[in-house]
Amino acid sequence: MDPLILSRIQFGANISFHILFPAITIALGWVLLFFKLRYNATGDSAWMRAYFTWVKVFALSFAMGVVSGVTMSFQFGTNWPGYMETVGNIAGPLLAYEILTAFFLEAAFLGIMLFGFRRVSNRIHTLATVLVAGGTTASAFWIIALNSWMQTPAGFEMRDGVAHAVDWWAIVFNPSMPYRLVHMLLASGLTVSFLIAGLSALRYLYGDRSESMWKALRTGVFTAAILIPIQIFAGDQHGLNTLEHQPQKIAAMEANWNTGPNVPLVLFAWPDEAARENRFELAIPDGASVVLRHSTGGVVPGLNDYPGNHPPVLPVFWGFRIMVGTGVLMLIVSWSAAFFLKRRHSLPKPLALLMVPMTISGWVATLAGWYTTEIGRQPWLVTGVLKTADAVGPVAGSHVALTLAVYLILYVLLLIAYLGVLVHLALKAAKDGDASPLPGVMNAALSQPAASE
Amino acid sequence: MSFDWPTALPLIFAGLMGLAILIYVILDGFDLGIGILFAAAEDAEQDTMIAAIGPFWDANETWLVLAVGLLLVAFPLAHGTILTALYIPVFLLLVGLILRGVAFDFRAKVPAGRKHRWNRIFFLGSIIASLAQGYMLGVYVLGLDVGFGGIAFGALVALCLAAAYAAMGAAWLIYKTEGELQKKAVVWLRTALVLAALGMVAVSLATPFASPRIFDKWFVWPQMLYLSPLPILSALLFVWLWRQTFHLPRPNDRHALTPFLTLAAIFALGFAGLAWSFYPFVVPDKLTIWQAASAPESLAIILAGTVVVLPIIIFYSFYAYRVFGGKATDLTYD
Repeated sequence: MDPLILSRIQFGANISFHILFPAITIALGWVLLFFKLRYNATGDSAWMRAYFTWVKVFALSFAMGVVSGVTMSFQFGTNWPGYMETVGNIAGPLLAYEILTAFFLEAAFLGIMLFGFRRVSNRIHTLATVLVAGGTTASAFWIIALNSWMQTPAGFEMRDGVAHAVDWWAIVFNPSMPYRLVHMLLASGLTVSFLIAGLSALRYLYGDRSESMWKALRTGVFTAAILIPIQIFAGDQHGLNTLEHQPQKIAAMEANWNTGPNVPLVLFAWPDEAARENRFELAIPDGASVVLRHSTGGVVPGLNDYPGNHPPVLPVFWGFRIMVGTGVLMLIVSWSAAFFLKRRHSLPKPLALLMVPMTISGWVATLAGWYTTEIGRQPWLVTGVLKTADAVGPVAGSHVALTLAVYLILYVLLLIAYLGVLVHLALKAAKDGDASPLPGVMNAALSQPAASE
Repeated sequence: MSFDWPTALPLIFAGLMGLAILIYVILDGFDLGIGILFAAAEDAEQDTMIAAIGPFWDANETWLVLAVGLLLVAFPLAHGTILTALYIPVFLLLVGLILRGVAFDFRAKVPAGRKHRWNRIFFLGSIIASLAQGYMLGVYVLGLDVGFGGIAFGALVALCLAAAYAAMGAAWLIYKTEGELQKKAVVWLRTALVLAALGMVAVSLATPFASPRIFDKWFVWPQMLYLSPLPILSALLFVWLWRQTFHLPRPNDRHALTPFLTLAAIFALGFAGLAWSFYPFVVPDKLTIWQAASAPESLAIILAGTVVVLPIIIFYSFYAYRVFGGKATDLTYD
């Protein structure tokens, strides 16, 4: 088989698997800090119980993120040597700064955060939590800077076919970077909010009414309810930024084949690239013109302006719709749950049942969004600079096929094991409730060896 | 001769990358080694062994990311050439690292009945990763030769590096544990040392014959004189450490860290020998560090950050090791 398409699937599989875990750890670090600070302020041990339950999820997610991230750093060389050969002068320093300022920070203080509660003072333990959360966020900053630069390159010049840095400020803060960073950080916040809310709802359904469950549930639901409208706004701004800098991506997202005014907002369709038209189209007249140009006569770019140079329409169109649809569902669920928790101080059973599958809604929306923007960058690897097809390495297709198959099997098994452990931890916490001993807190004697749990 | 940045920068980065690889091999060496020794340990001992590395392994593995990262960012041409040539062993290394990394956490969190499964996966992942690294080293020493000779030699180095890591793991256990497990670790160290020494001799013998250029570097007067301390010192340290294993553990646990430090010194000597042989090439006999290097302005901006951040990293890494100093106790999330 063709090593190009196999390498793309392999990279896509690796990075899709990888992003699941940073999407959790980036925001979960700050949620853990919140639990910790609430405990410091109130002395209420339920906050610390919530901390200890969720720090296990953090540890597991972090480990999954590290090992799948190590894979990424090798894949650049094994499958895409042309990438670093062409834009290594830009990508290199950004990746180096991520390793230096973020990876070591999180890795070194993670040990103290996880296992050091009784070995260091409470203040140092809180500081370790801050540094780990800060490290994960710094890591997101650098990698988003690099990804955004690939989408909307700036601050460089080409010499003999190789990109050279001219203005580092322009490279890091390239046109799409601030939008993408905010969008991704909010996505991580939402992923974690629904993860916590969903698993707490599972505990609720199993009859757990402990203080630590309520605290986690409220934290998850209220955070989600606050973040989702901000995310919808940020996403809209990000879309307008894309319209300005990558119009062909917008054309594919809207499945708009011809540039012009009065473009409808397509709600449902099956884009047919061969016929260059939409089948089974269901659309709001003038909708896209209004959303993107704020007037019915606004001109929206169409795919006809980019013959042979636009991304595949079907995945971009549907990726975008899955993301937006999940977002709308998130809005409805989080606001209803927030209403019941605030006014009724309870959670109706059907809503709790709906929140359980919504545990992974953040993952669905994040992946769909990344597929939209990354497939939407095609056929370019770095917009206008390097095509994906020109970066692939000389490795035989059979080799890539073999490794891809093993990666896929491995990832599916690990994902099943990971979700199994999340459910196991939630049910175990539900069974223990507030009755579980809390070793370490307030210098109580150690009575529960966590290593053998 | 005036100081010339375009000449100096690739050299500095080669040094930094070498340092990162060396630190990685020493640090992740002991936790990979403990994974290999899992096969010989009993259930209760396995928990203690995990406790001896639990707080550190993440940071240890980060040195690999830094080493590969520096290869990637400072020598992008070499990164592509080396990793495409080693496609399958790199893949095995990654699968091994993934398996052991997640097994670490899963074994502590799954229902009790499934723990054994993850213990086995932890062992498997550790041994696969160690063998893959050794194989890659062997093939690299022979100039990325993947013919029959390269594969056979790679397999030999793979076994010996795994043994060397097991020795590191045992030495770390001597430092971090006490009682029966510590006594067991002394026996493990003695056994693994023999294999590790064999591997070092094999690599040392094969290296000069793999390339006439290296042969000239080794066996020509007066370079031979400058090089001679490396093998002589290594041999002395090996023999000394082997004799020590008959007297460990000492009363009051004195010198518990000595075996680990001795092994680290042997690794450093071997590494210096390799660096000396391959200089100035980053891809043996194909690309020099200057041919493979990134543009000076990009290297300069990485160097600026590195000079500031690396000392801080080393400082807080020491701090983390100090927090978890002393004998390993049960690892708890509190």
